Amino acid sequence: MILVFVEHDGRRPDRSSLEAVAVGAGLAERLAVPLEAFLVGPGAATVAAGLGSFGIGRAAVAEDDRLAPYAPAAWGRALGQAAEAGNAAVILAAGTDRGQEVVAHAAAMAGRPMAANCVEIEPGTPFAVTRQRWGGSLLEEATLDGPVRYLTVAEHVVAPLEAGAPADVVVEPVSGGVSEADLRSRVVSRVAPEAGKISLADARVVVGGGRGVGSSEAFAQLEELAELLGGAVGVSRVVTSAGWRPHAQQVGQTGTRIAPDLYIACGISGAIQHIVGCKAAKAILVINTDRDAPIMARASYAVIGDLHTVLPAISAEVRRVAGR
Amino acid sequence: MDVLVCVKRVPETGGRVNLTADQRDIDTRFLGFTVSPHEECAAEEAVRIVEAHGGRSTVLTLGPEVASDQLREAMAIGVDRAILLETDGQDWDPLATAGAIVDAIGAERAAGSQYDLLLFGNEAADSGDFQVGIRVAVALELPFVGGVKSLEIRDGVAVCRREAAGGWEVFELPLPAVVAVREGINLPRYPSVPGRLRAKKKEIVRMTPTARPGGPTKVRLRLPAEQERSAEILGTGPEAAPAVVELLVRMGLVGG
Repeated sequence: MILVFVEHDGRRPDRSSLEAVAVGAGLAERLAVPLEAFLVGPGAATVAAGLGSFGIGRAAVAEDDRLAPYAPAAWGRALGQAAEAGNAAVILAAGTDRGQEVVAHAAAMAGRPMAANCVEIEPGTPFAVTRQRWGGSLLEEATLDGPVRYLTVAEHVVAPLEAGAPADVVVEPVSGGVSEADLRSRVVSRVAPEAGKISLADARVVVGGGRGVGSSEAFAQLEELAELLGGAVGVSRVVTSAGWRPHAQQVGQTGTRIAPDLYIACGISGAIQHIVGCKAAKAILVINTDRDAPIMARASYAVIGDLHTVLPAISAEVRRVAGR
Repeated sequence: MDVLVCVKRVPETGGRVNLTADQRDIDTRFLGFTVSPHEECAAEEAVRIVEAHGGRSTVLTLGPEVASDQLREAMAIGVDRAILLETDGQDWDPLATAGAIVDAIGAERAAGSQYDLLLFGNEAADSGDFQVGIRVAVALELPFVGGVKSLEIRDGVAVCRREAAGGWEVFELPLPAVVAVREGINLPRYPSVPGRLRAKKKEIVRMTPTARPGGPTKVRLRLPAEQERSAEILGTGPEAAPAVVELLVRMGLVGG
C-alpha cells in the first residue's frame, strides 16, 4: 500500500498534504495497491473519517496523548510503525517543515534512503524520481532502491486532489512504541500569529521589493500599497542581507514560498533564488526601470518606470477608485 | 559549550545555471563558491553561542581540498577550529554524508572532544536533501529540531523557535542536541581583516571519510522547462497607474 502522512489543523487536511494525496492516488492506481493515510494529533480521527472523498480507504491514527504536541522523532517513529504494520511500499508526505522532518526521521530510523521534494515519481525497480534541487531551479533525476520508498512531494507542483463522492474510511487507532527519548524534542508552547496580520504565505496579493527600493525607509511606499490591497510585503534576499527588512519578509529559496493571485515585483532583478519563491504566483506585475531585467521573462504585466514614483501613483488611484 | 557546525561548499549561482556536458553537475568554471546560506548563519550562531557561554566552536565540512576555503571563511568570523572530511569532490548522498559526520564525531570523542550542540543548515542550497542533520541525530540518539530561526541556550537546554502558521512553535531540547537552522536566525557578520589573517593560521584537522552510499542515486540533472511569459506592458512611469488599477479591479483585488 501507499501510505500518506496527512497534516491537518484538527478540522480538515492541509492543502499541501492533499497535493501529496494526489500523487499517492496516481501511484496507487498504477501499482494497483490501496491508498492509506497516517494522521497524528488532536482531531486526527475526525479528519481521517473525512478522507474517503479523497480516495483513502483506511487511515491509521496515532492517538497517544504524548503525541498531541508535535514531536519530530516521535511522529517519525509512529509513521514508521504504521508503515511496517501495513506493509507500505511507499511513504509519502508534503515537502513541508513537518513532512520532511517526520519522513526523514522514519527513513533514518529504518536506515533507508529518502528523496525530498519530488516532482515526478516513476514506480519500478528501482523507483525513478525527479526531485528539486536549488529550491526548484534545477531538477535531479535519481533512483531510489529498497523495499520501502520514503518520498516527499514538492509543494505547489501538482494540484491538490479535489474531494469526490463521500466514502467510508476505516479509521484504525495505532499506539505504542514511542519512547521517552523520542519525546525530548517536542513543541512546548506556541506564539500565536499577530491578530489581523496577513501572512506572506497566504496573502492574495504580495507587494515585493528588491535592491531597487534603495533603503529601509522607502519600503513605506510598498507597505502603503500592500495595506490598501489587503496584502503583504515581500522582499528579496539582498534586502534582508542589507538589514533593510526582517528576514520573515523574504521571498525565495531561503525564505518563504508564496502563491498569491498577484505578485507585484518592484525593483527586483530576478535572481533564480528569488524566482523559485514567487513562481507559483498566478500573475506577476513587474515595476522596473530596466525592461531587460531577468524578472521580465516571468512577468505577465509590466510597468516600465521608477517604483518610487509609480507606487504612490498606484496607491492614489486605488484610493480614488475604491472611494477611500 | 562545545559547538560543532556542519557546512557545505556550494557554487554561487545568480542568473542562469549551466550544466556540464555529461549533465551530472553544474558547470562551475565561471562561478565562485560560498558556504550554503543556512549554514553561514549556523556558523555565525556557533560563534555567538561560544561568545556568550564560553567553550569552543568547530566547523566541519565534507568535500574536496578546496572546501577548506569555506572552513577558513567560517574561522574568519570567529569559529575556533576546523575539520575537513576530504573527498574527491563527487557528490555524496545523504546517508553517506551523515555516516561520515557520525564517524568524525566518534573519532573526536575518542580523542577526548565531546559536543554539546551540533548545528546544521536546514537544507543545503544545492542538493536540498532535508535530512543529513536528522540522520546524524538518529545515529547518535540525540534530539533534533529543524527550521530554527531563534536559538537560546539556557541551563543545559536549547530553546528553539521556528515559524509555523504565521506564529511560532517553541521547542526545548535537552543538550546535547542537534539543531538545523534557517537563514534569518541572525545576520552573519562580515569577516574582518584580522579575522581573515587569524583564520589562515588556524589548524584544519583532515580526515579521510569512508563512503557508505545508500541513495538516492543521482542519474542526471536537468533544467526545468520554464514557460517564458511575454509581459503585457501597462505603461511607463506614474501615468500607468490607471491601467494598473484597472487590472487590480479586474482581478477582484480592488473593490469599486
